Amino acid sequence: MLKKIIFQSLALSLIFTYSAQSAESGGMPQLNPEFWISQIFWLVLTFGLLFIILSKFILPKISNNLESRKSQILENIETADKQREDTEKKVKEFDKIINDTKVEAKNFFNSERQKVLDDINNKRLSLEKDIEKEIIKAEEEIDQLKKTSQEKVTKIAIETSSDLVKQLIGEDINKSSLSAIVEDLSKKEMEKHNGI
Amino acid sequence: MAANPMYQFNVYRIGPEIKINNIDISFTNASLFMVISSLAILIIFNLGTKRSIIPNKIQLLSELSYSFISKMISDTAGSKAKPYFSFIFSLFMFVLFCNMFGMIPYSFTVTSHIIVTFVLAAFIFIGVTIIGFIKHGLGYLKLFVPSGVPMVLLPLIVVIEIISYLSRPISLSVRLFANMMAGHTMMKVFGGFVVSLGIVGGWLPLGFSVALTGLEILVAFLQAYVFAILTCIYLNDALNLHH
Repeated sequence: MLKKIIFQSLALSLIFTYSAQSAESGGMPQLNPEFWISQIFWLVLTFGLLFIILSKFILPKISNNLESRKSQILENIETADKQREDTEKKVKEFDKIINDTKVEAKNFFNSERQKVLDDINNKRLSLEKDIEKEIIKAEEEIDQLKKTSQEKVTKIAIETSSDLVKQLIGEDINKSSLSAIVEDLSKKEMEKHNGI
Repeated sequence: MAANPMYQFNVYRIGPEIKINNIDISFTNASLFMVISSLAILIIFNLGTKRSIIPNKIQLLSELSYSFISKMISDTAGSKAKPYFSFIFSLFMFVLFCNMFGMIPYSFTVTSHIIVTFVLAAFIFIGVTIIGFIKHGLGYLKLFVPSGVPMVLLPLIVVIEIISYLSRPISLSVRLFANMMAGHTMMKVFGGFVVSLGIVGGWLPLGFSVALTGLEILVAFLQAYVFAILTCIYLNDALNLHH
C-alpha cells in the first residue's frame, strides 16, 4: 500500500516536473552559444592567470620548501650520526677512565693495607718483646719476692713468737732455739701448703 | 521555474554588458565561479608557502597536493614530463576547485559546461600534438602504427588509431562535462521530489539526495583526477614514443 502511494506520488511529481520543464524554452543551457565566447574568454583569462601565478610564484616556493626540508633532514641525520659516534667514543673513554681508576684504587688499597699490616706486625712484635721483657722482669721480681718474703715471714714469726713468749712467760728465751722451732713449723706448714 | 533540473546550468550576465568588436565577453556567473575558484586556489596555496620546517595544516595540504601531483606525473609520464608539472598542477586544481565549488547549493558548476571542458581538452590536445611533433618530428606519426600488427590489418588499425587519437579531446571534455551535468541534474531532480512529495513522502528522495551529495563530491574529485591523469597519459605518448 505504502509502496503504491510512493510510486504514484513519484509518477505524479515526474509529470509535474516534465510539464514545468516543457514550459521553459527547453533543452540544455550548455548548448546555447550565447555566452560561449564570454566563457572561453574568462576561462582563458582566469586559467591563464592562475597558471602564470602558480608556476612563477607559488609552486617554486613550495618545491623549495620541500627540498630545503629534505636537505635539512639529511643534514640533521648526518649531525645526529656524528654526535652518536662522538658519544660512543666518549662512553668508551669514560669506561676506560673508570677501569683505570678502579685498578688504581685497588692497587692503592692493597699497598695501603700491606703498609698497615706491616705496621701492625711491627708494633705487635715490639709490644711482644716489651711484654716478654716485662714478664721476665716480673718473674724475677716474683722470685725475689718469694725468697725474701719467706725470710721475712720467718723473721716476723720469730719476733712475734718471742714477743708472745715474753708476754706469756715474762722472760726472754734463747732466740736460736726459738727460730729453730719456728722454722721447723713453717717448713711443715709450707709442705702442707705445697701439698708435698 | 526552479523545479527545472536544467535551470541551474543557465548562464546569465552579472553587471554590465562588455563588448569588444561586437563580441560579447560580459562577466557572467560562470566567470564569477572561475574567478572564485582561481582565487581560492591562489589564496590556499599562497598560505601554504610559509617557510617553516614543521608545516602547519594549510602548508601540509599544499605540500601534500604538490607531492601527490608530482608523483602522479612521474608515475604516468616519467621524468621527462617535469617541465609540464605546473600546467598539470594548475589544471587539476582548477578542475577540482570548480567541481567542488559546484557542490555548494545555489552555486554554479563551471565544468558542467561543454564549452569550458572542450576548450581545456582542445588546448591539451593541440599542445600535446605540438610537443609530440617537436620532440619526434614526423616520427610522431608512428604513434598510429602499433608494432607487431600483421600487415593485412594495418590499414584498419591505422584508421582506428587516428580516429581514437582525434576523438581524445571530445572524450576528455565530454567525460567531465557529462559527469558533472548528470550528477547535478540528478541531485536537482531528487531535490524536486523532496519538495513535491512534501513531509509525507519526501524522506526517501531526501535520503537519496544526501547519498548523492556524497557520491558527487567523490565524483568531483575523481573527475578532476581523471582529467589530469589522462592529460599525463597523452603527454606520455608525446614524450616517450614507444608504441
